[in-house]
Amino acid sequence: MMAALSPNAQWVLFSTLILGVAAGIVGCLAHWKRQSLMSDALAHAALPGVVIGYVLAGVKSLPFMIAGAAASALLGALFVQWIRTGSRVKEDAAMGIVLSVFFGFGIMLLTIVNHLPGGNQSGLDGFIFGQAAAMVRKDVWMMAGLALLVVLVVAVSFKEWKLFLFDPRFARGLGLSGRWMDAMYTALLVLVIVVGIQAVGVILMAALLIIPAVSARYWTHSFGRMLILSALFGGGAGVAGTLISVKGEGWPTGPFIVIAASALFAVSFLFGARKGLLVGWVQRYIRKRRDARILDGNRIRRDERLPRTISEAERVH
Amino acid sequence: MDAVLEVSGLSASYRKNRVLDEVSFTVRPGTLTGIVGPNGAGKSTLLNVMLELHPRLSGTVKFFGTSYRKAKSRVGYVPQRGSVDWDFPTDVLDVVLMGLYGRIGWLRWPRRRHKELAMAALEKMGMADYAKRQIRQLSGGQQQRVFLARALVQDADLYILDEPLAGVDAATEWAIIETLKTLKNRGKTVMVVHHDLQTLADYFDHVLLLNRTVIAHGPTASVFTRDNIARTYGGTLRGWGEKSG
Repeated sequence: MMAALSPNAQWVLFSTLILGVAAGIVGCLAHWKRQSLMSDALAHAALPGVVIGYVLAGVKSLPFMIAGAAASALLGALFVQWIRTGSRVKEDAAMGIVLSVFFGFGIMLLTIVNHLPGGNQSGLDGFIFGQAAAMVRKDVWMMAGLALLVVLVVAVSFKEWKLFLFDPRFARGLGLSGRWMDAMYTALLVLVIVVGIQAVGVILMAALLIIPAVSARYWTHSFGRMLILSALFGGGAGVAGTLISVKGEGWPTGPFIVIAASALFAVSFLFGARKGLLVGWVQRYIRKRRDARILDGNRIRRDERLPRTISEAERVH
Repeated sequence: MDAVLEVSGLSASYRKNRVLDEVSFTVRPGTLTGIVGPNGAGKSTLLNVMLELHPRLSGTVKFFGTSYRKAKSRVGYVPQRGSVDWDFPTDVLDVVLMGLYGRIGWLRWPRRRHKELAMAALEKMGMADYAKRQIRQLSGGQQQRVFLARALVQDADLYILDEPLAGVDAATEWAIIETLKTLKNRGKTVMVVHHDLQTLADYFDHVLLLNRTVIAHGPTASVFTRDNIARTYGGTLRGWGEKSG
């Protein structure tokens, strides 16, 4: 399959793989911080920064745009925190405000830039739904490098994350600064988002952070294994989505990555070994059969019909 | 004898309400203190302020004659069971190992001897058989035992427990109290936020009666009187204490 792809497409494939892995890992952290929606707010908040970065650089320069995206996403995070602590507005509403205001502002800037001379060739539209095919080798290196950094940071401090996410109060008692971990978490989240928006787009970036983690939860009861599975799911979705999208001219990558991730979720939801729907059914069925056998053996009642379960039998009595 | 904990003139507010007002008390080593008071008396806030989880308005807190920050490793804290998400994917042994993270060192992996220490603590709490059990499958009492085991491996000199007996079964309550008494007999100091006045005198040798400020503090026999209880709880508990004197 790889051989049939152009060298550039292979590079793009590699970068979306690493991106998916990083997003899957950071998504797990967000999941247990109970802040999945924060990733959506920050991804949308990155858009104005991308456009401003483009304008400042004068040309389409990924480092500038990534720096701009990071700055405006961080500003969004600060706003969410500021609204939440400084007013009676709850966190979800604060995230809703930041998401829509920043995104609206970003679209406005984008429209203005597109109307500037030469602006319609800016390729900025690709940042909305993702345009992995538009990436060049240099972009890919930068993306893959940053994504690898994210993976490494979490791998090295795995034990600390587990403690911090499970019991932040106890963690502080041991000397693990909550403020520092919070800052670290926001930094990782923003890093993954800015790395991912070119390939996946600001609108759908959150899906790559949320869906793999939720899917992984259906397969394991271990935090470490959940991280690894989520990374695999994210990486798989990135690769599958990119493969589909490079088949067509100008097809956006983001939607296909999200569809691939959702397919993995559907499989996990139905067949997951832990609390998957099917496993749950089978377990309930076996339990019912066992209860029925016990009742059969005891021949408790000679009614028209035997109660099917113990609970039903108790109700009859 | 040096004080294990010295709180003086401590005040704190919560959402603009002053919940702690000029709280001062000193805890001696080797004591087992029950902290009691009505709901909203500031018991949890007191712990939070002492452990620097909540800001204070004024006053000082000294652990072993120094700041909490410097004495952290000598203080074992057992938060309320409900303060964490028990759905988190991990097992019992893993949670107990967390108590050793400070000693293992940041960014390092636990070794076999750390796991052995954690197992020994689980053994003490009668939870060794549950080491590989998912924490979400535990009952309330078992969760509390795991939390206590995690504090035990810390090998602290002062243990602070926030309502460890809330909603646990009789067997767990007995196991926890026995453990606390053992700690005390080994010269450790223990402070417990407690709710049940009936058992207070049996469990603790010292009592801290709290209602926004310290109503009384000292050996149970001399402090836990009908008069002091009435002053702590207002008129709500009239008649209580007549039987037990």
